[in-house]
Amino acid sequence: MTKEEIIEKVNSVLAEEFEVEESVITPDAVIKNALELDSLSLVDLVALIDQEFGVKISNAELPTIKTFADLYTYIESHQA
Amino acid sequence: MARRVVITGMGIWSCLGTNLETVCESLYKGKSGIIYDPVRKEMGFRSALTAKVEMPNLKGLVPRNQRVYMAEEAQYAYMSTLEALKNAKLDQDYLDNNVVGLLFGNDSTADAVVKSVDKMREYKDTAMCGSGAIFQSMNSTVTMNLACLFKLRGINLTVSGACASGSHAIGLGSILIRDGFEDMIVCGGAQEVNPFSIGSFDGISAFSTREDAPEKASRPFDRDRDGLVPGGGAATVILEEYEHAVKRGAPILAEICGYGFSGNGDHISTPNVAGPSRSLQLALEHAGMGIKDIGYINAHATSTHVGDTQEAKAIYGIFGDSGVPVTSTKGQTGHEMWMAGASEIVYSMLMMKNNFIAGNLNFENPDEDSAKLNIVAKTTEAHFDTFLSNSFGFGGTNSTLIVRNL
Repeated sequence: MTKEEIIEKVNSVLAEEFEVEESVITPDAVIKNALELDSLSLVDLVALIDQEFGVKISNAELPTIKTFADLYTYIESHQA
Repeated sequence: MARRVVITGMGIWSCLGTNLETVCESLYKGKSGIIYDPVRKEMGFRSALTAKVEMPNLKGLVPRNQRVYMAEEAQYAYMSTLEALKNAKLDQDYLDNNVVGLLFGNDSTADAVVKSVDKMREYKDTAMCGSGAIFQSMNSTVTMNLACLFKLRGINLTVSGACASGSHAIGLGSILIRDGFEDMIVCGGAQEVNPFSIGSFDGISAFSTREDAPEKASRPFDRDRDGLVPGGGAATVILEEYEHAVKRGAPILAEICGYGFSGNGDHISTPNVAGPSRSLQLALEHAGMGIKDIGYINAHATSTHVGDTQEAKAIYGIFGDSGVPVTSTKGQTGHEMWMAGASEIVYSMLMMKNNFIAGNLNFENPDEDSAKLNIVAKTTEAHFDTFLSNSFGFGGTNSTLIVRNL
């Protein structure tokens, strides 16, 4: 997947799953705030990325992914 | 002076409708909620018969991050509780400022368990179960969710007593209020309707196979009954101490006068007569009533051969030739199992408040034992002020409630 394809898909699946407008998902936005995630629903983010992209985010690396831009980059660099 | 326990609100989400008014009309008209579900046949069911229960749409009512914690039956229970609270003239402000308890009957949450186990098997990674799976996968999913959503701070407990769960929840709630531990408790029963929850039940040949006529399949007390039809949904009643209800100007609908219970101490699935009889007797004693005080009996009768026979014997053994009208609403709803003890209180209340007895659907010919009872086959205009409701479950758990009109 190209970076553009990744961005488009991430925005679409996250907006649908977490029931937010796609417009709140911008590269610099903080994921937890934009998607209104708490410590439990963060698990759903990890599961969704695994399911949709085949990319596992480890517990150790999760805190380093703060913005959507971080997430796009992480998925791009960990694609099979 | 003894504290009295009254019902100040009710709510229902069932195959007969998703609010009190619709359900009342369905009861009166003898509507059946039973359908043939082809998906079950593909899954290897002996019987593809089931009640059809509408899935509520909670989007806009419950935020996504809380909705994912709710198993199917918790969603039904949320809807029936919303209606019951409104019916009881209770708003969130009241719940925020007063201690209110919660006791619900529920005895499975199979769909949620199966789905999370499927994820574990597919991905070999427990995180793939998602954040909601654990909260959906416990029998207490109904009470844990409702307590958090409605901010209830009194007793918070699920009663698992097989097909008597909902009845026991109301009975135990009435004792807690009577003895002064609580002033108000949200009570009820909930039942999932998905195929996973009852596949193994189908496997022991407990279900009717009258698939060519779904609406004829559930026929409690009828000579030609051939098994039960599974159903579900949720029902809620608001129990409240009488003086407390008077003080807040609540609608006082009826009084819980008696709660009887017993165990058979016998076979796991085959009921006997002695156990249910003791439950009936204890309820009458607890209510300080005699058989002439009971104006209507809502039987447990699920449309199985042995169960209906044993209950008919128990009722006849106590009520004899008194002629008290008896029906089982399961002819219309199928067996609502964990929910049934609560929903049948709501159904009976609707009849009592609206002066009718819904006919025992599909009761066409009696058998030797049901012939001794006054089973009302067709909907009848009738006034009664006190009813008795039976609920019996696997393992020989029995519960009987007596409710009086106010």
